[in-house]
This record gives sequence, C-alpha cells and structure tokens, in this order.
Amino acid sequence: MSTPLILPELVAVDVDAADANAVIDILAQRLAEAGRVTDAAVFATDVRAREAKTSTGMPGGIGLPHAKSEAVLAPSLAVAKVPAGVDFGAPDGPATLVFLIAAPAAGEGDHLKILAALARKLVHADFKDSLRAAPDGAAVAAIVNEAVSL
Amino acid sequence: MKFVAVTSCPTGIAHTYMAAEALEQAGKAAGHEVTVETQGSAGTDAIDDAAIAAADGVIYAADLEVKGRERFAGKPFVDVGVKRGVHEAAKVIEEAVAAVERGVPAGSAAAAPAAGGPATKVDANASVGTKIRQWLMTGVSYMIPFVAAGGILIALAFMLANVAWGGAEGAIEVTAVDQAAVWADFDWGNLQHYAVALLGVGGLAFGFLVPVLSGFIAYGIADRPGLVPGFVGGAASVAVGAGFLGGLVTGFLAGFVALWISRWKVAKGVRGIMPVVVIPLLSSLIVGFLTLVVIGTPIAALMRGLESWLGGLGGNQLVLLGLILGAMMGFDLGGPVNKVAYTFAVTGLATTGLTADAAQYKIMAAVMASGMVAPLAMALATTVRKRLFTEAERENGKAAWLLGASFISEGAIPFAAADPLRVILASLVGSSVTGALSMAFGVTLVAPHGGVWVLPLIGNPIGFLISIIAGVLVAALIVVVLKEIRYNKINAAQQAPQHTAVTTA
Repeated sequence: MSTPLILPELVAVDVDAADANAVIDILAQRLAEAGRVTDAAVFATDVRAREAKTSTGMPGGIGLPHAKSEAVLAPSLAVAKVPAGVDFGAPDGPATLVFLIAAPAAGEGDHLKILAALARKLVHADFKDSLRAAPDGAAVAAIVNEAVSL
Repeated sequence: MKFVAVTSCPTGIAHTYMAAEALEQAGKAAGHEVTVETQGSAGTDAIDDAAIAAADGVIYAADLEVKGRERFAGKPFVDVGVKRGVHEAAKVIEEAVAAVERGVPAGSAAAAPAAGGPATKVDANASVGTKIRQWLMTGVSYMIPFVAAGGILIALAFMLANVAWGGAEGAIEVTAVDQAAVWADFDWGNLQHYAVALLGVGGLAFGFLVPVLSGFIAYGIADRPGLVPGFVGGAASVAVGAGFLGGLVTGFLAGFVALWISRWKVAKGVRGIMPVVVIPLLSSLIVGFLTLVVIGTPIAALMRGLESWLGGLGGNQLVLLGLILGAMMGFDLGGPVNKVAYTFAVTGLATTGLTADAAQYKIMAAVMASGMVAPLAMALATTVRKRLFTEAERENGKAAWLLGASFISEGAIPFAAADPLRVILASLVGSSVTGALSMAFGVTLVAPHGGVWVLPLIGNPIGFLISIIAGVLVAALIVVVLKEIRYNKINAAQQAPQHTAVTTA
C-alpha cells in the first residue's frame, strides 16, 4: 500500500467543537490539506448526507462519520479527539473519539478491504482504549496503520 | 449453536464490518459459532454452502436487501437491522438462540431444498391438490427430455428411411428390420443401416419414459428413497403393458410406500443400512409385486381401451378434441389446466407401436400449435396497435414473438397478468381455433416440444402453420377489439371530469 490510511497530520487532538458538524468540517479540512480529498466542502456535504440517513454514534464514545464521495482521492482516515464530547447520536452519550472515513466513490477492492478491517477493529475495546491513550497524532497513526496492515 | 449471519449497510463501509465483527465476538463470548457474510462495498464474501447447511439459525443484521436470501430458507432467523448488530450484538445473539429454540417459524419451512439432490417442483406448504399436481409435474419434467431425445431421433430415422428406401414406404420398412443383425454387421456405406441405428437409439431413449416418469413422481413425494421403487414400478408397468397410465399409478404408489418405510422407527444398528438396503429392497418388492400381479392388468386393459378409443376417433371427434385441448392450452398459459392438456399429449407419445398418423401424434401437434398462439397473438397485437399497450408490454411483445415461435406459452403471462379477462378470453378462443384446425388438417408431431424449430418433423407443416396463423389472427383481433372498447371508455371518462372542471371554474 503506497499511501497509508492515516498520517500524523490527519489526527486532531484536543478538538474543541460545538457539534458533530463542526468536527466533520475540521477533519474534512485536514483531509483536503493532506491532498486526500479535492474539496473539503463537497466531502463534508456527502458525509452529512450519510449521517442524515442514520447517525453513526457507537457505544463507548465513538463517532464514525463516513462517506463514499467523488471528492475522495485515496481511502483515508482522519481522527479527532474531542475531550468535551460531541453528539453523534449514540444511545449512551456523546462521542469523544471521532473517526472520519473517506472512501473513493469508485473504490478498488484492496482499499475497501482496509476500511473493512478498520471497521472491524473499531469494535474491539482494546483498540479504542489504545487510541485514547495515544499522546499525539504520530502515535494514533502508527496504531491504526499497524492494525489494518494487510 | 452455529449461526450464519448477513450484514449490510447503506454505504457498505463501516457498519457492515463492525456488525460482522461484533456478532462474531459476541457469539464467541457466549459460546456460539457465528459465520458472517459481509455484503459491503468490498464485495460479498459468500458463506459456503456447508456452513449454511450446518447452521442452526440465521441472523440478518442488514439494512439492504439480503442477497441470496433463498440460501437460508427454512432456518429459524432473527432480522434485526445493522445497527442493533453493532450496538447490541450480545442481545441479538440471545434472540437468535431463542429463535432456534422456538424452531422453524411457520411459513418459512418451504423451499429448503434437499442439499445436492435434483430439483423438484414441490412446495411443502401447498394444498393436497396442488401437491398432487407438483408431484406429477416433477415426474413429467424429468420425462420430457427423454421424449425429446427419443422422439426426435425416431422422427429423423423415419425421414432418413424414406430417403434410404426411396419412398414413403421407408418409414414402415425401417421398423421391420432386424436391429440385432444390423448391430452385428453394420454397413458403413448403407443409408438404411443409419436409419435403423437412429430408430434403435431413439427407441432406447423412449424405453425410459415410463420408468423416469414413475421414478421422479416418487422422488417428488419421498425424496431419494422414492427413486428405486419408482423406477422399478415404472418398468413393471411397461412389462405388463400398463404404459404411462400404470407409470403414474406406480409413481404415486412407490412414493408413498418409500415414505412410509423411511419413517419407520428402527434400531440404531439398522438405521445405517435403511437407505442403501432396506428401503429400496422392501419398497421395490412391494411396488413391483403389486404392479405385476394386482394393479397392472386392469390398468393395461384401461390403456388398451384408451388407445382404441383414440384410434377409433373419427375426423369430427378429433376436431372436437383439438378444440377442447386448444382451449385448455390457452386458458391459463402454462398453469395447471395447460399442463394437464400438455401432459395428456406428451404421455400419449410414449405409447409403443404407433403408426405415423396415430391420433396421439395429432394430439401432440394440436397441443403444441395451440400453445404457441397466445404469445404470438400478443406480439402481433402490440405491433399493430401500439397505443393500447404500455411501454413494458411493447417490449414484452418483441420477446413474445420468439417465445411463441418456440412454444413457450408463458410468454403471454405478462399480458394476462396485466389484463386477465381480455387476454385470456382472446387466448382461449384463438387457441381453440388452432387446436381444431390442426386436427382438421391432420397435422402430426412426434416431438414433445420445439415450436417452429421442429417444423421438419411435423406431418403437414403447411397445415400446422395455417392453423397457428388463423388462431393468432383471431386472438389478436379479439384482444385488440376488447382493449379498444376499454381504451375509448377510459378516454371518455378522462375527458368528462376535465370538461366539468372547466365549466365550474
């Protein structure tokens, strides 16, 4: 895999955001700056459209917004740590850890398999705990890339 | 317990896989084995059939339509949606366990096919009358290819014989040849020998008709245990001259005898040899014995009666028979009534020692010709009166030309479904016309199927085509006239309220 799923600069720690939309915008902007999506606004709109179908809050303080979008150049993951929490509609309260998954509209099998592996990992408590404990972007990126390496 | 699960979600990126993982983990934690098929954007990793067969229950954690749902038919299931699969996987597993303990939900027990066996046309939930028809059709559907292979070979043998012997007498000469002598000393340059060979192979294929019919009726009833007594009973029926009628009886007899024996409660040691020794031995003995010494003879007498009745039918009576069979063919387009007429014709072909212009061959021709009418008539109607039909119907109409020409009456079903009264009335009348005309022209057919593609095998092909064209014109005319009347009514009705709207405005 030439492009890793996540880079240190795609991780935002200590984010202070009013709501889920703000977090999505921040992460979409990071993806655009890293050259993973062509247009942050277009991608954020696609994510919100998906979020409108069913909310993506997971038990254990996880928000998992995601979209397949024309704006996406390479399958990517952006992560935000939001200590105060934002509501992603999970039944057990706001999310403090937000993963934004960007998938290209016309995906190839391998890329999508990596995202599938990531989704499976997110179910495991120890994976989530290690991410929460990670001090900085580089550590988060390393944990994720390690977990999904094929 | 063992479960299979299907997960899917709208984007197919996150929830599909999270639910899969959550269900697998929750299952493991509770001591169950969960095999998940993720139907996501990375494609579908299909669960193999063995895992499905071994599963006690099914979990659908899917927000999209489950692909290949029929694979899981007949198993207890829970349908929870993908979100609960992610959030409450442990609870979902508990519910699935409860579902398995409750057993198979009512109404979903059907269609669980015996893994790996030949298909039947039997629906376990159907009514008794429907089941009898389905058992019968299972037998008939396996017999038809034998009829086709044997019938066409025999027809080719007759055609070749006429050339080889240089005249119309060839078809008779070829049946008088001692086949064993030809096999022993085959003359590679002698056309007559080839005709005899075609006749020989075709005759062998025909020899299987009644046993296959009987065997697969029994298979439809009793599954695999029915096959052996069914085949043996069919062969016994042939041996005593009870023909296909006897074969129908032995098929049902064998099916129920095999079903009965296979339900015996036996000692564990015997259970292993039940399917390979006990059931085939006892059921064949019972069915074969009864057929040979008890039921065979009266049925044979009945068969001779039927054959001499058919053979003795005069021209007018045959035309009436053609009219009735045609009406039956056109009435429900591949449904039960149609199949009764068709089965009557096809099983007639299995009669041994028919002459080239036997009533059975005329019946087959009348049935096939009339079965071609409805789709051809609809095709014609959609071509000449486009505005009376929807876009979809006009598209169907194009396909109906080919379906009709190939004797697939079902080609008219889309039209009948949309407008049953008018279409069936037209089909009924048109098909009757064709059936009667085919009989009047004395058209004969030795093949059970094929439409215009078996035209070379048809006796009096011109008469065959004229009969069909006449029926098609009649049916198309009726359907167009009836639809015109309705069309005009609808138009009038649509204009009327508009008119009042204007005046009140």
